[in-house]
Amino acid sequence: MLESIVFSVLNGLLYGMLLFMLASGLTLIFGMMGVLNFAHASFYMLGAYCAYTISSYTNFWVALIVAPLFVGFLGALTERFGLRNVHKHGHVAELLLTFGLVYVIDELVVLIWGQIPVDYAIPPSLDFTLFTLFGTSFPAYRGFILCVAILMFVAIYGLLVRTRVGMIIRAALSHPEMVGALGHDVPRIFTLVFAFGTGLAGLAGVMAGNYYITEPGMAFSMGPIVFVVVVFGGLGSLGGALAASLIIGLVTTFAVSLNYSIADLLAGIGLTLGNESIVGGLAHIDLSRIGQMLPYLMMVLILIFRPRGLMGARES
Amino acid sequence: MKHYKGLVRRAVAAVGIAAALAVPAIGSAADDTIKIGYIDPLSGPFANVGDAGLKHFKYLAERINADGGILGKDVEIIGYDNKSSAQESLQILREAADEGVHYVTQGNGSHVGGALVDGVEKHNRRNPDNRMVFLNYAAVDPALTGEKCSFWHFRFDANSAMKLQAITDYVAEQEDIKKVFLINMDYSHGQAISRIAKEMLKEKRPDIEIVGDVLHPVGKVKDFSPYVSQIQSSGADTVISGNWGNDLSLLVKAGSQAGLDTDWYTYYAGGLGTPTALGKAGAGHVKMVTEWQENLVEDYDAPELREILEEFEQRYDGIEFYYLRIKTEMDMLQKAMEEAGSTEPLAVAQALEGMTMETPFGTVTMREQDHQLLQPLFISTFSEDYPKYDSEGTGIGWVMDAKLEAADTAVDSVCEMKRPSS
Repeated sequence: MLESIVFSVLNGLLYGMLLFMLASGLTLIFGMMGVLNFAHASFYMLGAYCAYTISSYTNFWVALIVAPLFVGFLGALTERFGLRNVHKHGHVAELLLTFGLVYVIDELVVLIWGQIPVDYAIPPSLDFTLFTLFGTSFPAYRGFILCVAILMFVAIYGLLVRTRVGMIIRAALSHPEMVGALGHDVPRIFTLVFAFGTGLAGLAGVMAGNYYITEPGMAFSMGPIVFVVVVFGGLGSLGGALAASLIIGLVTTFAVSLNYSIADLLAGIGLTLGNESIVGGLAHIDLSRIGQMLPYLMMVLILIFRPRGLMGARES
Repeated sequence: MKHYKGLVRRAVAAVGIAAALAVPAIGSAADDTIKIGYIDPLSGPFANVGDAGLKHFKYLAERINADGGILGKDVEIIGYDNKSSAQESLQILREAADEGVHYVTQGNGSHVGGALVDGVEKHNRRNPDNRMVFLNYAAVDPALTGEKCSFWHFRFDANSAMKLQAITDYVAEQEDIKKVFLINMDYSHGQAISRIAKEMLKEKRPDIEIVGDVLHPVGKVKDFSPYVSQIQSSGADTVISGNWGNDLSLLVKAGSQAGLDTDWYTYYAGGLGTPTALGKAGAGHVKMVTEWQENLVEDYDAPELREILEEFEQRYDGIEFYYLRIKTEMDMLQKAMEEAGSTEPLAVAQALEGMTMETPFGTVTMREQDHQLLQPLFISTFSEDYPKYDSEGTGIGWVMDAKLEAADTAVDSVCEMKRPSS
């Protein structure tokens, strides 16, 4: 039992931190610019594919630096030549632009790298066992992912709260005219924020692409859950995104390892339920079969009872 | 000027006559071909799989045509995109019938296969002079040759229960297997495997303990490590899974990262893209049950298949020859047409029923009772130490562990076939 709890916590933390890497950029862009970037998971996919190509010519460490920068650069182009132009037509136009971008990036990835998964592997220097616990080995790469995610959180937080740049960025959001009057180039700040956010998505892609599988469906499979994290944590809140990522990571993991159904619980207190009726049938479904649904259920509940999310600032 | 006008008129007339001559020529050429409608996804998330299947058919049809065709006619493969939808497929079926297609083939998804069995059955009842035959190369739901069986449907892939029969036969012989874990996708295919595997193992090796039986959501799980922890703590030495695509690759990868030391018995580890996604994580541990893998041509010295696999891969830039059963399908269709001396669907279907054919790996039989092909199946392991051909350039290839003779793969069917009277 202890064994299963320890591993569920470790697995949940790791999945949560991976979600956070992806969600932080999205929530940052939303918090700063009010743009909900539908194409966020597509930038994540681009990060993984770029890392694959770059690491096949050089090595993983170069890819770790260059791929996020490149994805961030693409993000900057998107903001400068796309979003900025449609900004005057309001948020719906911006939303539609990022929505269209999802399909464009999807098709581009298939055109360039093909339909079949690419062989983006964990670098040999990180491909060893960090420690062994209860007979299960804990790979070094997982430890590396955890470290990078924690560093990322500290760095973003420090940047926004502790530095002058962060102050200007935050000011540009609440009082753009004033910041502009003080001589700062507000549109350029927006471009930088968008580039930074997409760069973070790219970094998440570099880290997760080899841990999972780099294939054209990866954006589609990751997209919805990231939105859940951001909505659950509160749109625009970095701390909320971290908390939500960890909660969702742990909940989905524990749901699988606690392979119980409602019927089992009832049996524990002396009630038995046949599975003939609809209610009985539902009660006999194992928690692990619906575990992947729980985050979505949590999102619905939080939207009903606390629409601004765990730590969101906005009411709407 | 007048002269010029005349010239134009003459030119128009000449083109007109040429066109008038050309049209019947095209028409008669079309009548001279045997059209096979290929109904599978050619767009959307499974486009790559559908596209690879179409290439197999086109390539094999070309080979037949180069040898003089069937009864002097060329075989023509027409690709229809069904977007993985049963509804769309029925629409296509009507379209194809109007275009004079009498043979349709499909494989991806038993829900589509089931709709086509019904659709063809209805079509043939209403249009007895324009019948169709459905050749199924990959939809493996046992029901299609069981309770839903039809005279007009022929299945060239071993169905799900037969593959499980092969796996459990092999597992039963491995003395060191004591604890088996079942993990499958939560839909009809996975549920059937979970059910049938338990029945078969109980019968063949009652001492084997089923230490886990898990169904997980289809295509939704990103992180399989909690499932792997479960397998680990169950103490299983063997895992049986009908998973395919990313659900299989992610599962095996998560297992390898956690140092899980079990054997994986799978259906689809050799599927398009899966060997690449598995990479080193799968080497030595992953097994599959199939009618074909490339290194069998070395084990059985089959020069024709060797030529096919090498030419195919070269022609289609890295896509590997994966469906031997498509070749079996085309060869049997050819044989049936030649025996019947006609391409008329009823005569061909009657000839196909009960037909036997020699292949490099043994005799195959189209079982008369339910139109299920019985063919030898192989258990193979994904290994770094392979005879000749690696898979998708990964440096890891398939090595044969065991062959199951066609007769041993047979599973009883509940089919009560209704045959047309004329």
